[in-house]
Amino acid sequence: MAHPAQHSEAHDPPNVTNPEHAEHHIVTPLQYAMVFATLLVFTGITWGVAYIPLGPLNPVVAVGIACFKAVIVILFFMHVKYQSRLIKMTVGAGFFTFLILVSMTLTDYMSRAWGLW
Amino acid sequence: MSTEALSNTILQLPDQSTATIPKKNYITNEHGLLSWLLTGDHKRIAMLYLISITFFFFIGGAFAGLIRLELLTPQPDLVSSDTYNKFFTMHGIIMVFLFLVPSVPATLGNFLMPIMLGARDLAFPKINLLSWYLYVIGGILTLAALVLGGVDTGWTFTTPLSTHYLNTHVVTAATAIFVAGFSSIFTGLNFIVTIHRMRAPGMTWFRMPLFVWSHYAASLLMVLGTPVLAISLVLVGLERLVGIGVFDPTKGGDPLLFQHLFWFYSHPAVYIMILPGMGVISEVISTFSRKRVFGYTAVAFSSVAIALFGFFVWAHHMFIMGVSNYSALVFSLLTMLVAVPSAIKIFNWTFTLQKGSITFETPMLYAFGFMGLFTMGGLTGVFLGSLGMDIHLTETYFIVAHFHFVMVGGMLMAFLSGIHFWWPKMTGRMYPESLSKLAAVTTFIGFNLTFLPQFIVGYLGMPRRYHAYPPEYQVLNVLSTAGATVLGVGYMLPLLYLGWSLKYGAIAGNNPWQATGLEWQIQSPPLTENFTEIPIVDYEAYDYEWLANKTKNEVTTVG
Amino acid sequence: MDNTITSTHVLHDQELMPHETAVNEPHSVLPQHLHHFETEEQQREAGSFGMWLFLVTEIMFFGGLFFAYLLYRNWYYPAFAAASEQLNVPEGAANTAILITSGFCMALGVWAAEVRRKKLLVVMLVLTTLFGIAFIGVKYDEYHEKWEHHHIPGASFSIAEFVNPAAYNIKEEPLSPDMAQHTQLFFFLYFAMTGMHALHMIIGIGILLWLIWRANRGEFSAGYVAPIENFGLYWHFVDIVWLFLFPLLYLINRHPLH
Repeated sequence: MAHPAQHSEAHDPPNVTNPEHAEHHIVTPLQYAMVFATLLVFTGITWGVAYIPLGPLNPVVAVGIACFKAVIVILFFMHVKYQSRLIKMTVGAGFFTFLILVSMTLTDYMSRAWGLW
Repeated sequence: MSTEALSNTILQLPDQSTATIPKKNYITNEHGLLSWLLTGDHKRIAMLYLISITFFFFIGGAFAGLIRLELLTPQPDLVSSDTYNKFFTMHGIIMVFLFLVPSVPATLGNFLMPIMLGARDLAFPKINLLSWYLYVIGGILTLAALVLGGVDTGWTFTTPLSTHYLNTHVVTAATAIFVAGFSSIFTGLNFIVTIHRMRAPGMTWFRMPLFVWSHYAASLLMVLGTPVLAISLVLVGLERLVGIGVFDPTKGGDPLLFQHLFWFYSHPAVYIMILPGMGVISEVISTFSRKRVFGYTAVAFSSVAIALFGFFVWAHHMFIMGVSNYSALVFSLLTMLVAVPSAIKIFNWTFTLQKGSITFETPMLYAFGFMGLFTMGGLTGVFLGSLGMDIHLTETYFIVAHFHFVMVGGMLMAFLSGIHFWWPKMTGRMYPESLSKLAAVTTFIGFNLTFLPQFIVGYLGMPRRYHAYPPEYQVLNVLSTAGATVLGVGYMLPLLYLGWSLKYGAIAGNNPWQATGLEWQIQSPPLTENFTEIPIVDYEAYDYEWLANKTKNEVTTVG
Repeated sequence: MDNTITSTHVLHDQELMPHETAVNEPHSVLPQHLHHFETEEQQREAGSFGMWLFLVTEIMFFGGLFFAYLLYRNWYYPAFAAASEQLNVPEGAANTAILITSGFCMALGVWAAEVRRKKLLVVMLVLTTLFGIAFIGVKYDEYHEKWEHHHIPGASFSIAEFVNPAAYNIKEEPLSPDMAQHTQLFFFLYFAMTGMHALHMIIGIGILLWLIWRANRGEFSAGYVAPIENFGLYWHFVDIVWLFLFPLLYLINRHPLH
């Protein structure tokens, strides 16, 4: 270490006192297996539900299940549950910006007088 | 102290008869071309960027010159309309994607960001180098499109013009921008990680220089916006090559979808270009007023606010393109929001000047130029954001003048201000002061002469992107062309005297401006590893009393 | 503190740490962090944050395509429903399962690296790769089927199956020629989205092969696991894209089972 010893108190190289920091957490194989099973089950469900006529609810259910699956992949396979708030916010920012893109563009398409919406 | 108060400069150079450039620094650390081309050092990469963006700036500038030359007379006498279209397209593409977007972040930002944070390098040096190579590949592809016969879509690639009606090198140019876009993404990604993870102990968020804050905001935009540009250009390419129909009305596609995707990036891109410049101005204004930036926190957050609001206003580029009236109304209202954080910045800089000990060194002259011209550019932006006014003014020279005030009057002034301000740090040598002041004034005069007439001629109704115009507009156009000539001289001067100063400039010493940033507390030019030991930051940003105490103590210990 | 590695890479939880020797390995065996980082912990967190930011750009990259899908699906719903009907659901569902399994193997690979089991790590990475290749194989079969039915947008695209389904033994309502034209938009989006996804898979498989080679040399079994973890993030992200593509493309309007 290049810095002198007397600085070590103020010095916090890994930023461990920082809310941006998170301990390295090991997710167990059992947890992975449970997530894996859940994902398979919900793949089956989403396939099955598609054949039940629910009218406008069909796409809602399909996207809902996809979101659920995505969330558990993100939380457990990608360890976000055990990550710092910084990582959680980064993931959130990505989806938030995507929602801006969708919602603000839709203000145009949904209100066009000559639109096909 | 009394002599200092009376003198008209804060410049403090070491005794030239004894001073030398430190033998060990990042320039002399390694030798040979390969040591530059394979470097991981952020300072060397910044220099590579500086050389390459300067090259492209002068190519883009040459096209600007040709455009102004054609517009000297109402008749289309210099070039045909096709060639003229290629001129302004090349001017736009090069200036936007190869100069403005990387200008301050990739050069000054790359050089200074780690030093300002007290780190040894950016988080990912190899990705930083990759970013420069991507930039070069993008630049070469742009030049290839130019040499092969040019592009005439305008820099906006508007569909269906770009996909169906043109037979020029659109795909080559789109690929160039796609690649250059990833260069920009990697720069932004590197900055964000560095700011979050590499700050020196004690360097809290609200001790960071405002330069870092504004780069943080710009980096967010680069990371979140650029991929959308990438996908829209991929779709344009595919539409041209295989006719996919997504933007083709005859197949049910919507050409406006392209514009939504394009402007979703390209409006925030305006803030990618201007925010880093604002960071430069904050540093310069504070240093040459000897005062902490007024309302530091407000200025810091206004950068982030500009970045956030920037994502909610893009359709104001499309008011006359056929978006729905209701949507246009919403976007017009939201556009007004952006004026608020921009005004916060201008007001805070003005209050920083108030009762400051102002000196008029070259960087400060450019900074004053920025404040005035950016304010005019920003306010005319509010005109254009207003739905009714926009329908009258858009696609005229008014809008050309507007964004040149922001981009050239604002950003280019900021870039030159920053280059002069940190030149002693980057090279260890001073630029010639009187000549550079002349250049700053020349630029300011030339700029106003070029673009003020364009506001008028645009308001009178001269459309943009035509190579001929009615004779009654000639007087204003001649003024504008004359101004462009002056402006060209203003830009050539720094190139010449900065080159000269590399060898003959006065030795600058560590801190010629008596500035407070971490970068001024180390040798110039810096060591490859920046700091021999990682600094502990125990003072606030822009704390001139801290600096005065430090300097006094240094003197006593030496004495 | 259980289930965590401290910054000095010493495992506190002995139960999770089958190889006693690994704990006592001298620090110098670990790959040194790069010179500009102060600690390995800082380097690890910087790398993972950088990877996440890259994934955010990927969200926005795919986001443009997802928006185009949303728009045209709403504009030309009948065409999208009919075209979606022609996709091979069993193969799509099988591919979903294959990809989830591949992701599961990847996750176990990350675990194996964290507990420093070299052989298990290599096995898991190989399995991940194999399932990835299987996915590409199935995808190839689907693309080939589209080729045979003239469903690839471009000059050879044919709307015959949608205008006159009875002639092709398809039990569907015919579309008007106007609407049937718009099936081409569906198929373009299908190829663009699955193609872009497959491209990410292929790049991922390339990186996997490189990681297997490095893992086999024992680079990731001494506490330095960042490349495995970060690649895992990428691989799982590619999974997630598919988790959305499957219902959105294959299951727009399936009919009740008879």
